[in-house]
Amino acid sequence: MSIHVRNISKRFGDFTALDDVTLDVEGGSLTALLGPSGSGKSTLLRIIAGLEFADQGEILIAGEDATDIRPQDRNVGFVFQHYAAFKHMTVRDNVAFGLQVRKRPKAEIRDRVDELLKLVQLEAFGHRYPAQLSGGQRQRMALARALAPKPEVLLLDEPFGALDARVRAELRDWLRRLHEEVDVTTIFVTHDQAEAMDVASQIAVMNTGRVEQVGSPTQLYDEPASEFVMQFVGEANRLGDRWVRPHDLDVSPDPGPGGVEAQIGRITRYGFDARIELVAADGEPLLVQVTRDRLEELELERGQIVWVVAHHERAFADATATER
Amino acid sequence: MRRYALRFVALFYLAAILIAPLGIVFYRTFEDGFAAAWEALSTPETIHAFKLTLIITAIAVPLNTVFGIICAIAIVRKRFPGKGLLNAFIDLPLALSPVVVGLSLFLLYGRTGWFGGFFERHDIQVLFALPAMIIATIFVSLPFVAREVVPTLREIGDEQEQAARTLGANGWQTFRRITLPSIRWAVIYGVILTTARCLGEYGAVAVVSGRIQGETETATLRVEERYDSFDLAGAYAIAIVLALIAIAVLLLMTLVKPREGTT
Repeated sequence: MSIHVRNISKRFGDFTALDDVTLDVEGGSLTALLGPSGSGKSTLLRIIAGLEFADQGEILIAGEDATDIRPQDRNVGFVFQHYAAFKHMTVRDNVAFGLQVRKRPKAEIRDRVDELLKLVQLEAFGHRYPAQLSGGQRQRMALARALAPKPEVLLLDEPFGALDARVRAELRDWLRRLHEEVDVTTIFVTHDQAEAMDVASQIAVMNTGRVEQVGSPTQLYDEPASEFVMQFVGEANRLGDRWVRPHDLDVSPDPGPGGVEAQIGRITRYGFDARIELVAADGEPLLVQVTRDRLEELELERGQIVWVVAHHERAFADATATER
Repeated sequence: MRRYALRFVALFYLAAILIAPLGIVFYRTFEDGFAAAWEALSTPETIHAFKLTLIITAIAVPLNTVFGIICAIAIVRKRFPGKGLLNAFIDLPLALSPVVVGLSLFLLYGRTGWFGGFFERHDIQVLFALPAMIIATIFVSLPFVAREVVPTLREIGDEQEQAARTLGANGWQTFRRITLPSIRWAVIYGVILTTARCLGEYGAVAVVSGRIQGETETATLRVEERYDSFDLAGAYAIAIVLALIAIAVLLLMTLVKPREGTT
């Protein structure tokens, strides 16, 4: 089921949460809304769910105008950052809720709940209460609950934000596999670019209530459309009015053409890469990523003055746009 | 020693202010034996007074419970003009002396009052009858349910309710299956406080009832009447029953209230 967001605007008092946002999400895709806090990504998700209503614009779900449809009639599944578990109900009752309010037959509910508990690996926990589950288990229960009524669209608002790093990585992995198994159009909100790159097939980068760029993780990284995307997706250095990725920089002990004078700060080595932090002569901090072989060849030390050379630079026409 | 001092002050205060008067009432009631107390209680006027108190309570408590829950939800969950005013006005009965409440009802429903003429034309007796007593009791016991429910509603937040909506539940289903179970302890606590207040109401009802023996005399009014008639045994006996009901309500509250720190 495709989702089309058409010219949506939303204000909260003086604050413009969304400013003429248009976004197309293909049926069956896994899309991330990525942006810093206050960028409007959660508001957009809540408008798609019907939990907020836009001041202007329209929402089409599966080609039909859903702009004024109440949340209970939209057939969307929603997963909250803090789980929103029904505390007074067991795990089974939580998962069954969406089916019970639709007055489905008891046997059908039982089978569907069994199926979902198995899918989220909580078969053994059906009779527990949410308070007796870990954070990761609660979020899996919330997912099963959202999926139970077979929604056309699954919306997740910072679903892993409240979990510790290890569980978060596990659940990311698991969400990606789940999306392959359950054919449902999925949109999730995150402020973590690594999470968006890792899980989503399409990312919409948001900033100050507007969509900056929509594309695959590779497109966003390789062809950022603005300074904001360049900085927010992956790491970036500013060299005058140009931008360059850390791995597109090299360090030379001698001044050469186009070289920028800089002083070496910290050097960290892990895995395949080494990362050199420098401060350019104009005070701008720089980050250079080189292979460990290259680092050894250079024999750098802290405090040394070197020259940084860029292989591949970018300039953006919209420099003023991101400065706002 | 110091850790005992605080407890001693608290217990001494309680003993002097609460336990001693209650104890002396118990003592005086049964001074002349159980039979005398029973006799004083079993007069038709006294039985009628208790019946009347229970009838008024049975009407006022459910009404204020429903109203209190609706108000609490409006205050916490909805945005509307005049919300601050509603929030402030709910506390009015706590601030206002019941006698003033009684007097205002008198002015409102009296022969020359705003509504008095209407009821008189339709031959409905409001003042000096059950309706005014019920209205007065509802007025003074109005805030308790709302005041208990408001903080609980705030604390649980609205995410569970939003989740229920996205799962297909309508407003009523969401209220009955998600909101109400989450606030049930606050509602029960509020109902118990409201009940206690209704049973004990004196001032407002005294003004509007006319205190007609065997007709518009509630249990608390009966205590006063017996006392004024120098029937001390009778006054004490009725007072004792009221005190026992209050203690029972308090005990019920302690039993029913979830232990602190759990929800």
